[in-house]
Amino acid sequence: MHEKLIFEHSAPGRSADAQYPQVPVEAPIPAALRRASAPLLPEVSELQAVRHFTRLSQLNFSIDTHFYPLGSCTMKYNPKACNQYAMLPELLNRHPLAPESTGQGILQILFELQEMLKEVTGMRGVSLTPMAGAQGEFAGVAMIRAYHKARHDFARVEIIVPDAAHGTNPATATMCGCTVKEIPTQANGDIDLESLKAAVGPQTAGIMLTNPSTIGVFERHIDDVRRIVHEAGGLLYYDGANLNAILGKVRPGDMGFDVIHMNLHKTFSTPHGGGGPGSGAVGVSERLLPFMPVPVVGQDGDRYRWLDEKDLPQTIGRLSNFMGNTGVLLRAYIYMRMLGRDGMQRVSEFATLNSNYLAARLRAAGFELAYPERRASHEFIVTLRREAREWGTNAMDFAKRLLDYGFHAPTTYFPLLVPECLLIEPTETESKEELDAFVDAMSAIRREAETEPDKLKGAPWTLPVRRLDDVRAAKQLDLTWKAA
Amino acid sequence: MPFIPHTDNDIRTMLDAIGAPDIDALFEEIPANLRAPGLPGVPPALNEMEIGRLMADFATRDGRPLNFIGAGAYEHHIPSAVWAIVTRGEFYSAYTPYQAEASQGTLQLLYEYQTMMASLTGLDISNASLYDGASGLAEACLMAVRANRKSKSQRILLPVALNPTYRDVTQVVAGNQNIAFELLPYDPKGGQTLVSALEPYGGQDITAVVLQHPNFFGTLEDVDAATDWAHANNALMIGVVNPTSLAVLKPPGQWGRLGADIAIGDGQPLGVPLSSGGPYFGFMATRTEHVRQMPGRIIGRTLDLDGKSGFTLTLQAREQHIRRSKATSNICTNQGLLVTAATIYMSLLGAKGLAQVAATSMLRTQQLVDALTRVPGARLAFDRPRFHEAVLLLDRPVKPVLEALARRGIVGGADISARYPSLGNALLVCATETRTLADIETYAQALAETMRNSAAAA
Ligand SMILES: Cc1ncc(COP(=O)(O)O)c(C=O)c1O
Repeated sequence: MHEKLIFEHSAPGRSADAQYPQVPVEAPIPAALRRASAPLLPEVSELQAVRHFTRLSQLNFSIDTHFYPLGSCTMKYNPKACNQYAMLPELLNRHPLAPESTGQGILQILFELQEMLKEVTGMRGVSLTPMAGAQGEFAGVAMIRAYHKARHDFARVEIIVPDAAHGTNPATATMCGCTVKEIPTQANGDIDLESLKAAVGPQTAGIMLTNPSTIGVFERHIDDVRRIVHEAGGLLYYDGANLNAILGKVRPGDMGFDVIHMNLHKTFSTPHGGGGPGSGAVGVSERLLPFMPVPVVGQDGDRYRWLDEKDLPQTIGRLSNFMGNTGVLLRAYIYMRMLGRDGMQRVSEFATLNSNYLAARLRAAGFELAYPERRASHEFIVTLRREAREWGTNAMDFAKRLLDYGFHAPTTYFPLLVPECLLIEPTETESKEELDAFVDAMSAIRREAETEPDKLKGAPWTLPVRRLDDVRAAKQLDLTWKAA
Repeated sequence: MPFIPHTDNDIRTMLDAIGAPDIDALFEEIPANLRAPGLPGVPPALNEMEIGRLMADFATRDGRPLNFIGAGAYEHHIPSAVWAIVTRGEFYSAYTPYQAEASQGTLQLLYEYQTMMASLTGLDISNASLYDGASGLAEACLMAVRANRKSKSQRILLPVALNPTYRDVTQVVAGNQNIAFELLPYDPKGGQTLVSALEPYGGQDITAVVLQHPNFFGTLEDVDAATDWAHANNALMIGVVNPTSLAVLKPPGQWGRLGADIAIGDGQPLGVPLSSGGPYFGFMATRTEHVRQMPGRIIGRTLDLDGKSGFTLTLQAREQHIRRSKATSNICTNQGLLVTAATIYMSLLGAKGLAQVAATSMLRTQQLVDALTRVPGARLAFDRPRFHEAVLLLDRPVKPVLEALARRGIVGGADISARYPSLGNALLVCATETRTLADIETYAQALAETMRNSAAAA
């Protein structure tokens, strides 16, 4: 299947006339500031546009159409109700700066969402403004810095991250003006405590941890980690990308974390949207409450209102022009209310059941688990180093061949410390039948790898395009279409 | 069990395959002292019918007042086709196109988007989005520091007439990296940034100059003079722009003799609903020479094994998952779905439609200004040409007036008095193509009555 570019559907003089005012209006703009030539936008009919973009959509894999076990991303079903009721006209058309008296409904929703997230995480305060996980991380590390500065402890500028950490963790530390110190992960998946002890000191601002970690196991010595870091005067940051694994089972606040971000687009099922929008709400412990990013929703008697710089004079400040990705927050609220307290615990239970089942079956089918002695969390790692060594078929080849079998590939080559890895996260919304079909596909591909490895190396064969040349893409840059 | 498909039989079979007695055993590695006793503070579940009713009740409570605020988020008509397609599961429930071959729909759309934005801004290339306009400006400042190799100072000039929240956010996001921001005043009569205020910086090491055009007051800026000054002083020029305005205004790439170096802004006016402040998206465009300093995803066209053209994420060596602590930014998930909306919106409107939206919005704002300044006690703050916003000065505090208007179902503008104390009682208003002459008359009458009923402040 191939779809032309929208510009190639274009013909001069055509347009979707129903969509804009037809009475010609001249813009009274001084000559020196006027646009001389029209921008390159398509000239198409409404039907042409609808058909083009509908066809494009059909070139995608998505949760609604395919099993999408992308590790660390929690690609679970996004209930349709969450979208439908977040798009009620009154909610959709409200201007963010309209008086609070005209927004008591939405403010109450956001307030209740803050309260639910506090309960779920065990934190003392929640700010909903960060617009994705990485911005939540930014807010968190900025709060850690602000905390140390407020205590005149200016030397604390170093952030410790395990080598398995997601790339946003070290990148965030840099954005916050910190330096990064990496510590190794042990062969059993836990952090190397001796290295941690050696790493902490009067320069330590804090540590960023994902737990369960990015290799899909729970950090068993979390109590020791907390003690070592706190005793050294540092704070603990919790990367909540994997919160789906522990919802209702153990809370970051109870583990002793000082600040966390949640990925509402993962755990709370707001859409991934082809790459966002996300939401990276942050939760804080008592000592970081004064530093939360604003605005936050507060309650005065029976009225809700925004708390801003006047209410929180030590705030790290604002991260967006208004109040973050509000529409995403509405979807998370609807999802959480539909799950309720019991449904939320079931999320982690069945996400973990599915993950351990899939791991057990793949192992039985001959695949090597990276951490076979450990209990999988909501995700686990298969390493294809044997398949790569013996048959020359690497993790990328398996991933591409899976597409031919109608499955989105797991996350590949992350975390970097496991060679030829697939990070597999099935989520709780997948049925046993779907998991079994995935095992069948993986087993079939493994047989192909042994007997017809070219089937993998040339994959995919059945998609709109064959394997794409990334090197060419980066060398011969073609980033915009130009009329011939 | 809502959203969980397992039967009792499934559960038993799966536990057997794992070799675990029950589901709880799967959590055995969590230290017992840390186990949570459930989530009593979360309310019990609602079914879809119940949550639908609850949400409708919240929505009804907020109602649908007649809106005259802009200040960075603009109410435009959104064609029905836009969100009908955006919410298709194939766009809505996919993720970042890591597996390019299984994501050609999203990737081709983003390539089309990059083409449209590059042309709209008059620059060479665009990224695939940032979070919003305000955080986008912070990213642009950080990018300028990397891109301007002639400058060592990390000093960036920001106009006072820049959206003040953009200034706040830029300070928060970029301020941790020792960038010094200095302020350029505006002309109290015209509302435009004083290019003469640049003079004292002549010959100094300045990394970049930022100009918002139209600025926060809606006033058009002298973009040519500011851009030429920046380049004459080895500074980069960053333009903060409204995408609708670019249908009729000279684009940043053509400012001055050489054009601005980076254009950023909020893409919300392009088919994204107001939605109480988000999700919107930030756009960023620049010249080819700076592409390796640009933050965010970039899509490129390439060839597959058969020599057929296709699309993929490219220049990933700039990004956090490769470069980690040395990445251009920490951004990962961006605002893809909103870019999808904007691309469909721009395709439906075309250059002609977008220019009509821009020109009609200018006309409506002029009509609004004419109607409101006939009300005793309200006058226009600035006399220079403007786009689709204007500042009115009232003879009394703005907030109570806005509250009285809200009781009549009118959201009358943004009170900017606290951010601009020297203006006095200042109200920023906006009317787009969605406001009719009757709407404007309704507002003018309500304002007249409100002003009559309440006494002017001393
Ligand atoms: C472990 C981890 N941390 C942080 C992030 C960053 O989150 P976001 O993409 O929402 O910025 C991700 C997501 O991709 C992740 O998997």
